[in-house]
Order: sequence, then C-alpha cells, then structure tokens
Amino acid sequence: MIRVDDIHKHFGKVHAVRGVSFSAPNGRITGLLGPNGAGKSTTLRVLYTVLKPDAGAASIDGKDVVTESLEARRVTGALPHGSGLYPHLSARENILYYARLCGVPRNKIDEQVDGIIELLDIKDIAHRRTKGFSQGQRTRVALARALVHDPQNIILDEPTNGLDVMATRALRKLILTLKDNGRCILLSSHVMQEVGALCDDIVIIANGQVAISGTADDILNDTNCDDLEEAFVTAIQRTGYDD
Amino acid sequence: MRTVGTVFCKEVLDNIRDRRTLLSALLMGPLFGPVLFAFVINLSIDRAISSAEKTLEVPVVGAEFAPNLQRYLESRNMTVVEGLESYETAVESVKLGTHDLVLVIPAEFGEQLRNSLPARIELVSNAADTAAARDANRVRSALQSYSHELASYRLMARGVSPIVVRPISIDEIDVSTSSGRSAILLGMMSYFFIFAMLMGGMYLAIDTTAGERERGSLEPLLALPATRGRLMFGKILAACLFMILALFLSMVSFYFALRFMPLDKLGLTPNFGPQAVLLAFLMFLPFVLLGASLMTLVASFTKSYKEAQTWLGFLMLLPTLPILVASLLNLRPRTELMFVPSLSQHLLLIDLVKNEPINLLYVLISVLSTLSLGALLAWLCARLYRREGLLG
Repeated sequence: MIRVDDIHKHFGKVHAVRGVSFSAPNGRITGLLGPNGAGKSTTLRVLYTVLKPDAGAASIDGKDVVTESLEARRVTGALPHGSGLYPHLSARENILYYARLCGVPRNKIDEQVDGIIELLDIKDIAHRRTKGFSQGQRTRVALARALVHDPQNIILDEPTNGLDVMATRALRKLILTLKDNGRCILLSSHVMQEVGALCDDIVIIANGQVAISGTADDILNDTNCDDLEEAFVTAIQRTGYDD
Repeated sequence: MRTVGTVFCKEVLDNIRDRRTLLSALLMGPLFGPVLFAFVINLSIDRAISSAEKTLEVPVVGAEFAPNLQRYLESRNMTVVEGLESYETAVESVKLGTHDLVLVIPAEFGEQLRNSLPARIELVSNAADTAAARDANRVRSALQSYSHELASYRLMARGVSPIVVRPISIDEIDVSTSSGRSAILLGMMSYFFIFAMLMGGMYLAIDTTAGERERGSLEPLLALPATRGRLMFGKILAACLFMILALFLSMVSFYFALRFMPLDKLGLTPNFGPQAVLLAFLMFLPFVLLGASLMTLVASFTKSYKEAQTWLGFLMLLPTLPILVASLLNLRPRTELMFVPSLSQHLLLIDLVKNEPINLLYVLISVLSTLSLGALLAWLCARLYRREGLLG
C-alpha cells in the first residue's frame, strides 16, 4: 500500500512536483501516466527514498519515506529508470548481491535467488556475465534483483522502455502474476495503450500535478471522451499543459 | 557488518574480474617507481664513473713552452692535444662548444718560472656546463698540485722545509655514513610508494562512485534496504585492500631493484633489507585509509568517470607537495611535522633508509594522526552518501 500526500519537489528553480497526491492499494496495478518531464520519475524517486520531498509526505505500508526510510525500503522493490547491472558479474551474482544487501537470511538465500530466476525465466542466462546482454535480458535481471527480497510493494519506472513486443508481453504477464499475489504495483509510463491495457487505476500527471485519477472508465466519464488518448489530452490541458 | 562485508566482497570480485584495470593498477604503479629509479641511478653512475676513469683530453695552446707541465699532466691521466693557435681561437672554440676547456700557456711562461715570478696559465672553460666544469676541476687540481710541487722544490733549494708554509693542516672528517648520502636519491622512494598505493585503489574509488552513477547502478543500490554509510564503508575497504596490495608490491619490487643496482659504486648503501621493508610497509599502512577515503570523497563529487579521472590525477600530486617542500627546506623530523600525512611517512622512511634510529613517539604520532584524518574522511564519505545530490 503506497500513499502519497501533497508532495512537492524543487530542483533549483524548477518546481518539478507541485502537490501530487494519490494512493496505490494492494492487489492492484496503479499507473502513473504523463508526458515527458511531467514529474513521474521524481514522484517515484521520492517513493523509493532516493529523493526527499520539499513538502508533503509519502508512506509505504505506513512507513514514512523520510523518517522511516530504511523500513520503507525494506517493504519495497524498486526498478529505477535505466537500471544498470554490474557487467563483470553474472546475472545470478547480480541478483545474489542484492539478496545479501536486502538481508535475506543465509539459509534461504539460494532458494530465493533460484525462485526469482525461475519466475523471470532467466535460467538460461543466469551464469553468464551481464556484459553484452540485450535490453530485454537486462531489464529482467534488474527486475529479478529488485524483487529478490519478496517485497510487498513494487515500483517500476518506465519498465517497458526499450523492450520488444515479446519482452513487453512477458513483463506484462509477470506484473499480472504479482498482482494476483496481492502485491501493490506502481508503474510509470508515457505510453497510453500500455497503461490502459494493464492498469486498474490510472493517475495522469502533467506539470507536476495530478490532472485526473481513477479507473479507465472513471476517466472516460469525467472527460466525456470515447478513448483514453483523447481523455489524456483533455485532462492534461486542464492543468495548463502547453505542448 | 554483513552489509559492509557483502559490498566489500562484491567490489573485490568485480575488480578482480576486470583484468586489464587490475593489471594496470597492480603492475604499473609498483613497477613505474623502480624502473624510473634504476634508470636515473644507472645514468648518474655512468657519468660519475666514466669521468673519473677516462683519460681526459686537454687542448693546450703553447704546449711547447711548458714541456715539464705537459709530462706532469700526462702522469695524471690526461693527454695534451695540440692544434689550437691562439688565445682567441681557444676562447672561440670553448664558446662554440667544440672544446669543453682549453689551457693557454703564454710564451713567457718558462722565463717567469725561471725568475721565480708567478707564471701565468689561462684555463678557459664554460662553468655553466656541469660536465665541462667537472673536467675543468680535474685540470685545475692537477695544476694546483704541480704548483705545490714546484713551491716545495724552491723552498728546499733555499734550505727551508716546505712544512713552514703550511701553518694550518686541515683534516676533513666526513661523518655522513654512506647510507646517509643515499637519502637524497632515495628521498623519491616515498613518493613512489604513495603513488603506487593510490594507483592501486584509484580505479576502484572511481568505479564505486562516479562509475556506478554513470552505469545507472547507483540508484537501484541506494533504493535497497541497506544503510548507505555501510555501503560506503564496504567500498572504501575494498579500495584499501587493493591499495595495500599495490603498496606491498611496490616495496618488494623496490627491494629487488635496489639489489640489482650498483649503488655501492656511488657510495650508497641504503638500508632496505627485508626488515626495513616490513617496517616501511607498516609505517605507510595508515596512509591507505586516508588515500582511499580521499579518492572516494573526491570521486563522489564528480559527474562522470572521465571527470573523476581528471580530478584524481591532480589528487595524485597532492601528497608530493609536503615531500617537495621537505626536500627543498631540507627538513628534519620534528614533532609537529609528524602530524602531516605523507610528510611524516617520508621523513620516517628517510631515517629508516639512512639507518638512523627511529623515534617511536614520531611513529606513534604519524600513525595516529594519519589514521584519524583517514577515519574523518571516511565518515564524511558516508555522510555524503546520504545526500541526494550524489545522484547528479
């Protein structure tokens, strides 16, 4: 369960996030949708505690991301945008490193690592060094790494970026499996169709503000539009977005 | 503790797998010093030996006016070369560098000698040329001893003992041991050790900070439920391991290099046996933490791998500054100097190499002050990792 309450973030003079609020419940997939530079990544970075909000609060499973950041990270698996792997380590070693850092108990560590390798279907590349992996392979290893401590909350920043059709489908299937296990999944994207097809709840962000949020149907009703793309454009124009 | 250990093991493994970087870090630094050193030493040995043993050719104008002097010079391992005609051509040839020196004997030389007047000889040389000056000195001392010899004969001919004209007898007692003389040349050793040590950890210090950021692996790492300060300590410790290894290798390679250099020909007998190597290693060890933390700290501020390399290149020069100042001012170990890292190690190493007693209090101050500065910088690194600006 992720809760964001009126957070603000400045970078110098740029007011990147100006009062974003939403919540992402367990057992559902919540999608942050917005044009480039809308503040999606900044919002997610606040959630996985790499950035501190200038104002407002956010919590994961009730743990405040600023005052209890270590506890919040413990129940979260994050896949930041463009996650890099260690090229001299094999896929399995990359995952094992994260498992150890997350404090997975010694007697369970092999079981857990092998389990996640199975889940992400990367057995065939598990013992190869990650140097030279394709984007799809890299994303799957990075995701395995982020999920190895079995977190309840999963934050994915543009996870399908650079993936081909097959890899995207595989990832979508995996996200749905995680949802069925009762996980709270929050992902960002600037691709409308993807969010529409996958997410239960949609939060449209533009200009650092929430333009509209709700299920796909809610958003269509609210904007009096027939399809999501039109609804998206209508919604972000309300925030004064100027393209 | 588990976090620190995990990060340490991973960084060590990662660095070992990166063969080329590892080789350059662990071989270049430790070999660079001894090779350069051997080169310089051999060059100076060559010059010193060749100039002392070689027969010196002395161009002489008017050699026919002083046949006895000519024979005397030949008895002192010099050959007289004729061919120049006048004082003017002699000066010209020295100016042009055709000859290093020319001896000019005027026609009235014989007559002046006979009449017991000071007989003039002109020695033309270029004092700005060190090699020529050394040759001119040889000729000058030969001329002076010839002059002394003649004076003694004259006194004896008049029934006076030559001792009368030597009211003072100077006996020079040089207390510098031959190890002591080594200090000047071996003063560069301390910098080579520090250089090799820093080289050993430089790539790791960059890779674990600017490198991780550039690769995009820093952000997911910081999103893990691990205390950031501990991640940092693991990284610094891994850099320390490779720096210790590089330091050890550079000392061992110096030990072997010195054994194969003909230092005794220069009158140098540095005290750098196995025991001295071990002591030097222990004295330099505290500098490892300081170096690793300093490099990590600087690399943390940079935005890219390249920028980090540039900055750390400058940083490599930083420890030379105190050593340079010490050499220029000819500083001796003093209590307050022991608080300056790199300088204290340098001064202690010189005493060790000169085979002089080592002041234990100095060692204690050097170790403690270097270690505490290193710990302070490590703590600063850990603090820095909590800043979000780190992600750039």
